[in-house]
Amino acid sequence: MEPIIHTKNLCKAFGDIPVLSDINLAIYPGEIFGVIGRSGAGKSTLTRCFNLLERPTSGEIFFDGVEITSLPPRELYKTRQSIGMIFQQFNLLMQRNVLDNICFPLEIAGVPRAQAKARALELLEVVGLSDKAKAYPAKLSGGQKQRVAIARAIAPNPRALLCDEATSALDPETTDEILALLSDINRRFGITIVIITHEMRVIETLCTRVAVISGSKLTVEEVLQNG
Amino acid sequence: MDEFLTWLQTYSPMLAKGLLETVYMTLMSTLLAYVIGLPVGVLLVVTEKDGLVPMPALNKAVGFIVNILRSVPFLILLIAIIPFTRFVVGTTIGSTATVVPLVIAAAPFIARLVEGSLKEVDRGAIEAATAMGASPWQIVYKVLLPESRPSLLLGAAIAVTTILSYSAMAGIVGGGGLGDIAIRFGYYRYKTNVMLVTVAMLIIVVQVFQEIGTKVSKWGDKRL
Repeated sequence: MEPIIHTKNLCKAFGDIPVLSDINLAIYPGEIFGVIGRSGAGKSTLTRCFNLLERPTSGEIFFDGVEITSLPPRELYKTRQSIGMIFQQFNLLMQRNVLDNICFPLEIAGVPRAQAKARALELLEVVGLSDKAKAYPAKLSGGQKQRVAIARAIAPNPRALLCDEATSALDPETTDEILALLSDINRRFGITIVIITHEMRVIETLCTRVAVISGSKLTVEEVLQNG
Repeated sequence: MDEFLTWLQTYSPMLAKGLLETVYMTLMSTLLAYVIGLPVGVLLVVTEKDGLVPMPALNKAVGFIVNILRSVPFLILLIAIIPFTRFVVGTTIGSTATVVPLVIAAAPFIARLVEGSLKEVDRGAIEAATAMGASPWQIVYKVLLPESRPSLLLGAAIAVTTILSYSAMAGIVGGGGLGDIAIRFGYYRYKTNVMLVTVAMLIIVVQVFQEIGTKVSKWGDKRL
């Protein structure tokens, strides 16, 4: 099977300090892939390279067989629409209500308003927040905000979903709910999920394979008895 | 009491006209200054070193021009650009003539206000939009401007009140408005009463504009 995300000799340095050295990694369609490591180990940097929020110093990154570091801007924007992302701090738009937050990536992709709204309502159902469509993010709990962020991220039907410490700001119970939701989304829509975390528990409950980043250089792949 | 009534009869038409001129100058200048200042403010944020479209040389150049214009005392600017004012509106006295220097003085100030407001926008929200494949232009008009709306409105209230106080200075060159009256009657002719009344009216106008700005900003802020 062709990997959906893979890197070739990926290196990233901030100034003189190497954060990632010679990373060769392949993530396959439909899997839930974990990336674990201490704070500052570079796991977040690695994942942010997958959608070029961070530009690698050298090396190649492929998404769905296409090398993305050399893409012209317009095509990079298009590719990014196929890669959803959720964040530790949720990063919702505070001046838009829940429904319009979920419509946001669809607006960017040029989806007509009525169609975007219908899709957003459908996703609110998936994440269990149908009653909050008109609420503003400031009125939601952390767990609810992350559900909205998930709905927003998967609205344009992405092939992959990057989760950057998505549960680190949440309490254990809410974390479990969010993890269950992610697992559900993976199964129902076949979206590849990449989970960055410093919590082993998150990896244990969800992931089929895991990359361990330690030091500034090493990447180890391990298979767990999961999934 | 009779004295007061005659006073009122003598001066109220002039004061009313002055008030209208002041409000006209202020709002007109604010509007036109935003037409220039808002895009320049956006440009300053977008072209920053770690901005959406980094263009450090352009950013430095625009920032430098903005600083120069902001350094010139308004009174000096008012007089220095008289030929330009005549070229644009055909006259150098009256309220409309005052709008020209007011716009030139206020636009760079507004550019800085806008820059400050846009920089308050959560970097995470910008990052999320980037990750979704938004172009820099989409990020400007779908994230930066709407997300900073409450702050932009507060900035607008500051801009209006500052422009109002600048407009009062235009009295020196016969610019019309309440400031003109204060200078002609209060300063040149020692009519302290007239001056005090115009100052009181200016205070009230500032209060009203500021209050409206604060209210509208709060009312539209979905974080509250």
